[in-house]
Amino acid sequence: MELQQPAATNKEKRHFDLDKVAPYIAVAPFYILFLIFGLFPVVFSAYLAVSKWDGLGQIQYLGMDNFSRLITDMDFWLSLKNTLIIWAIGTIPMLFMALVLAFCLNLKFIKHKEFLKSVLFLPNITSVVAISILFGLIFSNFNGLANGLLGVFGLKPIKWLTEPGWVRVVIASVNIWQYTGYNMIIYLTGIIRIPGDLYEAARMDGASNPQIFWNVTIPQLKPIILFTVMMSTIGGLQIFSEAQVLVPTGATPQGGAMTIVYYLYQTAFTQHQFGYGSAIAWGLVVVIMFFSLLNWFITTKRVKGA
Amino acid sequence: MGDNKLFKLIVRVFIGFGVILSLFPFYWMFVMASKPNSEIYKTPPSLTLGNELFKNIHTVFTQTTFFHSVLNTLFIAITSTCLILFFDSLAGFAFGKLKFKGKAFLFTFLMGTMMIPGQLNIIPSFYLMDKIGWVGSYKALIIPGMANAFGIFWIRSYCTDAIPDSLLESAKLDGSSIFRTYRSIALPIMKPALAFLALYSFMGSWNDYMWPLIILNDEKKYTLMLALTQLKGLFTTNYPLVITGALLATLPLLLIFVLFSKQLIAGITDGAVKE
Repeated sequence: MELQQPAATNKEKRHFDLDKVAPYIAVAPFYILFLIFGLFPVVFSAYLAVSKWDGLGQIQYLGMDNFSRLITDMDFWLSLKNTLIIWAIGTIPMLFMALVLAFCLNLKFIKHKEFLKSVLFLPNITSVVAISILFGLIFSNFNGLANGLLGVFGLKPIKWLTEPGWVRVVIASVNIWQYTGYNMIIYLTGIIRIPGDLYEAARMDGASNPQIFWNVTIPQLKPIILFTVMMSTIGGLQIFSEAQVLVPTGATPQGGAMTIVYYLYQTAFTQHQFGYGSAIAWGLVVVIMFFSLLNWFITTKRVKGA
Repeated sequence: MGDNKLFKLIVRVFIGFGVILSLFPFYWMFVMASKPNSEIYKTPPSLTLGNELFKNIHTVFTQTTFFHSVLNTLFIAITSTCLILFFDSLAGFAFGKLKFKGKAFLFTFLMGTMMIPGQLNIIPSFYLMDKIGWVGSYKALIIPGMANAFGIFWIRSYCTDAIPDSLLESAKLDGSSIFRTYRSIALPIMKPALAFLALYSFMGSWNDYMWPLIILNDEKKYTLMLALTQLKGLFTTNYPLVITGALLATLPLLLIFVLFSKQLIAGITDGAVKE
């Protein structure tokens, strides 16, 4: 007995030691990977942004040249304009439709709610590449379904993919199709949490359903709506795959399909200007920060005003 | 009730409209994929299914490297999903249930990393991959993301609520080490959270486009999404074959959705609400 006792404590002590470092071992992989593949690239991209590099030779220090070029680069501003237009014509109708759908789906007389929820959410799981290819054929310049239907009504075919105005609509519609159900699901969780007596009180006051939608549901959902606006803005500013798959060659900033990230991709990986590409990336970060701050200001101001 | 008949009708029509818009592109994929090329260009367009679906699938599989790219994608998606499940569950368990110095700081830091816009990384990451010789290699697609902030955050929130402290205490009293407790007690309890993370990671990897586009340069190594865009260039005048490819890339996702739609929807709403 007397001999066993110290042995046991010794063993416990060793256990104790391993268990003390165990949490650090458990979380270490993330930090190691982040250091190498997350932090290093961000720091290095600041260096690349003030340099010239063609992807093969030496990296040459340039100073602020890339940034002064960026500010006067019409192609960059046109890409930003395209991105913002695609974002606006996509996100605003999408979030509004998602809200109305969520409100409708939550009404008492609607049956099969779970099934409808799944069906409306379904587009979100598809691959953006496959869907962009499909939309590209539906909105083909020549003989797609869209022009076929226009023909049925005796209307002239539209050059969907080459007219700047229309190609933005097609890109935005891929986005609307994929994310309306997703946002609806998020709104639904919020709607379910709205206290029932708020609705009851509104009904007692004789409010109609549309009035309830505007005066009860939307104000109550404000934090969630702001969350979705924020996420859609950040996502929308980084749109790439839809545009690149729909217009894989010959995309120009004047053509409407060139988004900022597409411009970045083309500058770096087609024209091999990795330094200037990094400057575009930083430009994008500034734009994202600007809109995030704008969002934040509008919300805090509104909350104070309310 | 204040709901009159007209209102109910409008609501039903609106939802019906949404359902049709949701489903029609899937149906249209089947329509286009099931027809010979000559029948595609009719005006007015025919909305019914054809009967050449299997012929088109056969052509895509035998005349292109499409099937090979399916195997490539399966390999990448399964490997990275398994690695993500392992590293994220371990770290999520540590953050959710263990006490250690610096935990609060480390976790805040982890959440902060999610704010860095991904596009900032692309060019310098490519530089890094070039320097360490990973351009063209699947390592570049799998390793950097194998422990990710979102998954750790996700598992942590689940563990905090689902694993009772008393269970861990008694395991400790029984002399079980932390790693054994993780494996034999925590992991089984985490299963529902792991299921969502697995689906989410698998689908993310399956659908990934920009990074593989930059990294992979050998057609033999192409992922499904790259093969799809290649198909578009290969059959510029044969739409049915291109859409057959898109359909084949979508079917596994549809299958996953039919089997697990509840978990997926619950996971996405939880994630959004927690954030």
